[in-house]
Amino acid sequence: MGDMVVVRKEGLYCVPGDFYIDPWRPVPRAVITHAHGDHARTGSGHYLAAAPGIGVLKSRLGDISVDSLQYGERVTHNGVTVSLHPAGHVLGSAQVRMEYGGEVWVASGDYKVEPDKTCDPFEPVRCDTFITESTFGLPIYRWQAEQDLMDEINNWWRKNADEGRCSVVFAYSFGKAQRILSGLDASIGPIVCHGSVEPLNRAYRAEGVGIPPTVLVSDIDKAALRRALVVAPPSASGSPWMKRFGDYSDSFASGWMLLRGARRRRGVDRGFVLSDHADWPGLMSAIKATEAERVIVTHGSIPTLVRWLCQNGLDASGFDTEYGDEEEDASAPPAASSTEPAASREEAAKEEDNVQESAEGNANA
Amino acid sequence: MREFARLYADLDETTSTTRKLEALQAYFSSATPENAAWAVYFLAGGKPRQAVPTKLLRQFAIEYAALDEWLFDESYHAVGDFAETIAHILPPPTERSDIGLAVWMEERIAPLRGAEPARVREALFSYWNELDWRERFLLVKLIGGGFRVGVSKLLVTRALAAIAAVDSKLIAQRLMGWTDGRVKPTAAGFLQLIAEQSEDEHKLRGGQPYPFFLSHQLSGDPAQLGAPGDWIVEWKYDGIRAQLVRRGGQSFLWSRGEDLITERFPELAAARLPDGMVLDGEVLIWQPGSAAPAPFADLQKRIGRKTLSAKLLAELPAVICCYDLLELDGVDLRRLPQHERRALLEAEIAKLDQPQLRLSPVVVADSWEALATLRAGSRERSVEGMMLKSRVAQYGVGRTKDVGTWWKWKIDPYAIDAVLLYAQPGSGRRASLYTDYTFAVWDGEGEERKLVPFAKAYSGLTDAEIAQVDNAIRRTTIEKFGPVRSVKPTMVFEIGFEGIALSPRHKAGIAVRFPRILRRRTDKPVDEADTLDTLKGLLGAATA
Repeated sequence: MGDMVVVRKEGLYCVPGDFYIDPWRPVPRAVITHAHGDHARTGSGHYLAAAPGIGVLKSRLGDISVDSLQYGERVTHNGVTVSLHPAGHVLGSAQVRMEYGGEVWVASGDYKVEPDKTCDPFEPVRCDTFITESTFGLPIYRWQAEQDLMDEINNWWRKNADEGRCSVVFAYSFGKAQRILSGLDASIGPIVCHGSVEPLNRAYRAEGVGIPPTVLVSDIDKAALRRALVVAPPSASGSPWMKRFGDYSDSFASGWMLLRGARRRRGVDRGFVLSDHADWPGLMSAIKATEAERVIVTHGSIPTLVRWLCQNGLDASGFDTEYGDEEEDASAPPAASSTEPAASREEAAKEEDNVQESAEGNANA
Repeated sequence: MREFARLYADLDETTSTTRKLEALQAYFSSATPENAAWAVYFLAGGKPRQAVPTKLLRQFAIEYAALDEWLFDESYHAVGDFAETIAHILPPPTERSDIGLAVWMEERIAPLRGAEPARVREALFSYWNELDWRERFLLVKLIGGGFRVGVSKLLVTRALAAIAAVDSKLIAQRLMGWTDGRVKPTAAGFLQLIAEQSEDEHKLRGGQPYPFFLSHQLSGDPAQLGAPGDWIVEWKYDGIRAQLVRRGGQSFLWSRGEDLITERFPELAAARLPDGMVLDGEVLIWQPGSAAPAPFADLQKRIGRKTLSAKLLAELPAVICCYDLLELDGVDLRRLPQHERRALLEAEIAKLDQPQLRLSPVVVADSWEALATLRAGSRERSVEGMMLKSRVAQYGVGRTKDVGTWWKWKIDPYAIDAVLLYAQPGSGRRASLYTDYTFAVWDGEGEERKLVPFAKAYSGLTDAEIAQVDNAIRRTTIEKFGPVRSVKPTMVFEIGFEGIALSPRHKAGIAVRFPRILRRRTDKPVDEADTLDTLKGLLGAATA
């Protein structure tokens, strides 16, 4: 029997099931791991996704034909048993488990091992072959505990508020923004969200995720801004929208902020190291927990991770996909990023940028 | 270490001068004097010698993290900083300690110098296990001798002045020599640094120099400065800026970087000066009877040598070309106007009459046009242009204009159009971007024509240009050698440099001084870049 999942020009393709996983071109049947722009694209005939993510998916892709699955619920399609399992990345994110002829493959999509309050925690799924992402596939990437990081953000906010200065956190509208919101100490001051963040807050609240009360900037008194924390997408940085905040302190929340070089290039006062992806120990523990003997690495540090896994006795190889984002190309080491797809990825991301604000969901590191 | 790591993070995380100043003041008002003394040493630019060789640090970090060398190298290329790489690859600590900076420096790091590798390994493993990544980053910097922080000495001076409630010029004065490395930072030293002004301030000075007065670049027409008669005009020499200090029967030669370089120049240390004299000038190699100083490359030969043989001293004799007198008979003259100091200087140099003490001559002309004509002959004189010093200028502190101004009026650099041949990623802010380039010129004719590398340069492009060039490099890569990429020759740049000399050690047979990118020549095809012959032609102009 050949490989159950292969790369085609449209995307990852499940051969016996005749469906695609996160295709980057329109196909008849698509299974979607999560609703970030580089994984969920418009134009396919029929979609399948995890139930908690349906709301966000529809808000991003519009009126699509979509079926939902509860986590762990099984359906059989062309003889392949398909089920979705929490990936801990964003609301509704899923790993795709496929079983056919006694063999099990799992495609991870994007995942994070440490649990957080905004989505179901990552669930290790035993399989024979594991298709893993590798966004932060270098041993330098180790995240601190989320609570420590949230304490840092709250302390920074409190200090700014006490000095009468507005605090601005740049974070991607879908996922990262809600994670920050869920950890804020709302007693410090009002929380303002950019117009592109607010619809996603609604989707999260509708799924029962605890997000503190937020307001739009048009609904708040200017004087109150001096104690406020503002959550805005990175694209708002340097825009006229920022002018109303006067003497503000700014920050950027991303896994890339771990490195001083990246932080200085970003040019913000503070870099908060907060990622929706697995760090190096997370990748290692997740791969181990699957008990897979074969690992296929996608977007991020493909050559590095493949070499390391082979060295550690696994049968590892890479898939060139069109996942990932501009952010990654700008910050990842040259040796670790695949050179060929970079240009096309960037172009794809830029095209979407022109369409609407929500394209920054693309850059979801 | 924790509070110093906190200070470092605060300084590193903000670009605002006000917030940096606040962080410094907060640190200095809470730190103990012995820790503060070491902090001042590092913040003011002190660079201790490396306590453990980089090779060992790397080897032990790889072992501690249970990684492979190649994975460490991949990580290093992504981070662009050795200490930061180590800080991040090590597993989290299982213990915590908070030991002061002074104890770290004196009792924990200093004994590692020259210790057995097994002993170093044991110590590093135990230190790493009690520090978080920020502290580990600093520890490796402190051990490796590569500590740098994004704060100017001026700002440190201001913070200390605020803490001490004394004039920042006095702090700047007291800070001279702090970073020399021969004087151990101590609690007593720190308390003296922030003490009230005392009667015997001068005696406390020891062999310390005065803060150097620095010049500003003159761009545009000098006529904007008023009449040439208001200015003292001198040649701008290309040597080592230095102060020769004579106090307590001893001579001290200080470079502008506040390194004590007395031993490098025994002939200057041997000059007979009266006690209580400080001369400011340029150290140069100058052959007896020669009309012009030797090129900077000759001075480099002296600096680079560990031991100075009698032969070398005879072949490459050093002089100090004096242009200011800062102290005479133990009296600080810096508040006198330039022309008065100059008159005293001339009289003293004449009286001393020693070959290694030369007087920087004044260039006299009655118009800016006439001066410009003279300036055009700078290269033949082995100088970089002219210095214009206001006749009424006091001797200021640092690059200031508050008590009068010195202008440097430099000649345009040499320029050549060269082809980008190799690239490698930068470090720090430019980590993982291709920003360090090797440039080449054409050599040979017809079939034999090939590109010969002659200079490396990394500055002079905007962030937007860097992004474009970085992208082009990735697209046109031919081969990778570790972090270095060879690229298809497609990009031409105008490269500027200050000097040129023969060099058998370089592939092209020449070495250029201060190469930098002036601009990208998108208008110029690769075939039309300059040739090695053109480059060598400049050599003639320099040595004529």
